[in-house]
Amino acid sequence: MKTLADLKKIREKAQEEMKLRGGNVRMKIVVGMGTSGIAMGAREVMKTFLEEIANRNLTDVLVTQTGEKGLSSMEPVVDVIEDGKDKITYGNMSPEKVKKVVVEHIVNGRIVSDFVVATGN
Amino acid sequence: MYKEICSKYEATKDNLIYILHDIQDTHPQHYISDEAVTAISEYLSIPPNHIYGVLTFYTMYSTKPRGKNIIRLCESPPCYIKGSENILRKLKVLLGVDTGETSKDGQFTLELCACLGVCGNAPVMMINDNVYGDLTEEKVVEIIEKVRRGN
Amino acid sequence: MSLKRIDLLICCGSGCISAGAIKIKERFHEVLNEKGMTNEINIIETGCMGPCDYGPVMVIYPEGIFYKKVTPEDVEEIVNDHFMKGRPVKRLMLQDDEEQAISAKKDVPFYQKQVKVALENCGYIDPESLDEYIATGGYEALGTVLTTMSPQETIELMKASGLRGRGGGGFPTHIKWQMVHDAKADQKYYICNGDEGDPGAFMDRSLLEGDPHRVLEGMMIGAYAMGASRGFFYIRAEYPLAIQRIKQAIAQAHEAGLMGDNIFGSQFCFDAEVRTGAGAFVCGEETALIHSIEGSRGNPTPKPPYPAISGLWGKPTVVNNVETLGNIPTIYRKGPEWFASMGTATSKGTKVFALTGDIRNTGLVEVPMGISLRELIFDVGGGMVGDHKFKAVQLGGPSGGCLTTEHLDVGVDYETLKEKGAMMGSGGVIVMNDQKCMVNVAKFFMDFCVDESCGKCSPCRIGLKQMYGILERITNGDGREEDIDELIRLGEAVNKLSLCGLGQTAPNPVLSTLRYFRNEYESHIRDKACNTKVCLPLIHFDIDKDKCIGCSLCARKCPVNCITGSRDEKYTIHQLDCIKCGNCQEVCPVKAVGRIPGMHPEMIAKREADKQRLASED
Ligand SMILES: Cc1cc2nc3c(=O)[nH]c(=O)nc-3n(C[C@H](O)[C@H](O)[C@H](O)COP(=O)(O)O)c2cc1C
Ligand code: FES
Ligand code: FES
Repeated sequence: MKTLADLKKIREKAQEEMKLRGGNVRMKIVVGMGTSGIAMGAREVMKTFLEEIANRNLTDVLVTQTGEKGLSSMEPVVDVIEDGKDKITYGNMSPEKVKKVVVEHIVNGRIVSDFVVATGN
Repeated sequence: MYKEICSKYEATKDNLIYILHDIQDTHPQHYISDEAVTAISEYLSIPPNHIYGVLTFYTMYSTKPRGKNIIRLCESPPCYIKGSENILRKLKVLLGVDTGETSKDGQFTLELCACLGVCGNAPVMMINDNVYGDLTEEKVVEIIEKVRRGN
Repeated sequence: MSLKRIDLLICCGSGCISAGAIKIKERFHEVLNEKGMTNEINIIETGCMGPCDYGPVMVIYPEGIFYKKVTPEDVEEIVNDHFMKGRPVKRLMLQDDEEQAISAKKDVPFYQKQVKVALENCGYIDPESLDEYIATGGYEALGTVLTTMSPQETIELMKASGLRGRGGGGFPTHIKWQMVHDAKADQKYYICNGDEGDPGAFMDRSLLEGDPHRVLEGMMIGAYAMGASRGFFYIRAEYPLAIQRIKQAIAQAHEAGLMGDNIFGSQFCFDAEVRTGAGAFVCGEETALIHSIEGSRGNPTPKPPYPAISGLWGKPTVVNNVETLGNIPTIYRKGPEWFASMGTATSKGTKVFALTGDIRNTGLVEVPMGISLRELIFDVGGGMVGDHKFKAVQLGGPSGGCLTTEHLDVGVDYETLKEKGAMMGSGGVIVMNDQKCMVNVAKFFMDFCVDESCGKCSPCRIGLKQMYGILERITNGDGREEDIDELIRLGEAVNKLSLCGLGQTAPNPVLSTLRYFRNEYESHIRDKACNTKVCLPLIHFDIDKDKCIGCSLCARKCPVNCITGSRDEKYTIHQLDCIKCGNCQEVCPVKAVGRIPGMHPEMIAKREADKQRLASED
């Protein structure tokens, strides 16, 4: 390391690695992982999200989980939360559907309305 | 053996403190013998009385043989306020020793020391390099038992 | 890129380790392994998060949820409920006044009045990761200074910030730098004082353990300003983890090219190494410290010459405290105005305090200078533990003094504390409740100083011992009317005549308690009574005949058989034989045994008689 520019490069990369601790997060994906969600395959859904996002190197997207959401007939349920926009809730998710949501919504900003079960709070 | 340890360090006077630490830490009885002092004195070309001066100045060095494990209980005010006296009483009974003494089985030497800088978890003691905090009389029994078994 | 979705920050500061943090960490690894979740969760060991008393503590991101007093048994529940199902474990959270669980770390009252500068990263990053330090802006200040500022400009900026030494003296940092900068020599040295010995202070340890690169960066900025090319970290041997962390940080900095020759492409070359002590409080004094590094007894020598003129091996040397260095990188990154905007007219910035004693939140806090003692103790510190009332606070360790309720609204800065008879010292805050005897506390601090006096100068070696003797006499019930004046006289003499700061300040705890709690000394001496029931010779046990049911339990448990009586007559303690072990009080089923302030009249009479007999025999 010899210049401030070198330092900046390392810093930016290191900040990516620390984004969970409150870095720049553009979008948050919240997977409902209540008992019924897990029974309906929520863990697979979450894992697929994590993999797809890692594969595409989407460093500003965060995947987290939450408890039961009271939508048990539509589990697994996933919220996509973006600053300044309405929350989008997808229901009856599967790994296949996840892939589609990542490509369409997360990357290209087009909501996959077929899977949406609720919007707003 | 002492020569070997000495030769790990450059023969300058400022290494004296490290050589003493090293010799004491590696000696099974955790002390610095007269032979060790002679060896260091020759290696560093400084008179033994300087070495004894240093040795007696710093509380961590011992010129007497000690146990396998050194217990250092903090006796500074924050630990005292949180009841270090009771812990000391318990340790004395448990090990059958007074402060500064070594238990009959040669396992433990009980010493008092100044603040160990873990006062947030007072009362505190160190056994060798490990710190144990939030001590209660019950916990002390457990810890001593564990260290004893560890040997 | 990683699949991680949770950062689990486990506090592995010495406090939490002493409370069992390592076991918790291992258990997490085990459970996550079993569940096949290791690639989703990042386990990060951090330095001290602050609230050590609640240890082992942890924070879980992205939510920022704070757990306290976690045990190995809790780990599985955290993984199952929180990590798998997204349901944080309420039971392990802190509670607010309405007993509601507080989930997020940022909402914990303990953190709310704090402003973190030196402790910015402590408990937030992995201290063993250079990358994480860089991610928080680390080494940016050094790079900027080396590539855009001259040494003199660097000193000017330090001057504008108003930073004063955090090691106790409060000496302006820029003046020391300037002195060494102006000195002509072929070699200059920078020493970081990590000998932290004040009982009740542990900020330097936490900083070295929790954010070693920050201290290193601070040292390099200062070294550049004054033209030093070699640095030493003098760390007490009781801090093995701090020693290891700083050694590792030095190695990492070397590897990354942040240390060594031509740093950031500039002319500046710098190297540092670690030196350790061997258990001597006085080695924290800068001249003693220098002798210790040179391989001698750590005896202080008179100043002048100041180390800035003739220090290590006779060369110009700056000695700065760990926390002082910890402030430096942030000052250069955020600007001196930003730093100087906090604090009071003479004391700028923030100060780290170590809260200990009978306070609810013991641990490390960093607050703006000038904060009132009330805010520090009751808001940040959460007030007193248990039902007992606040009585006094000892500030500045063995060289500081005790303040009382009447000072609670005093603002904490160097000058104000001094004026009231206490000291900033290194920032130890020992809080005491109304169960503490101030004479006994003063005796304890005196004991510490007697033990730690290096013995080189006689006022300190002999004077302190005499003071200790008088205190012992008072707490034993042999106090004399003239003792108070004698303590004051000796204290003032030792203060004036001692060679180094140890002796000069050692009488402070006695003098300040005499100033604010003189009545306690008087009751010990005149009434032979310790009203807080701490000093054993000045209390007695007695059995309340109206309450006693004559069960004889106390008599049977008395180790010296000094309790006699019967079911009808009830039981009596023979005062002259009683050793005050307290067994009788403990075993009495009807609480008929009382611990009563004051020597028993029988005892007083006997001692009087003994004294007269001795006098007549002479
Ligand atoms: C008896 C005694 C003990 C001291 N102990 C320490 C200590 O443990 N740590 C420390 O930084 N300064 C200690 N000091 C103060 C140092 O002598 C010195 O003033 C300080 O390290 C300077 O750093 P600063 O300007 O950054 O505060 C002690 C002073 C005395 C008289
Ligand atoms: S007072 Fe005991 S560790 Fe500090
Ligand atoms: S060591 Fe964990 S909070 Fe201080």
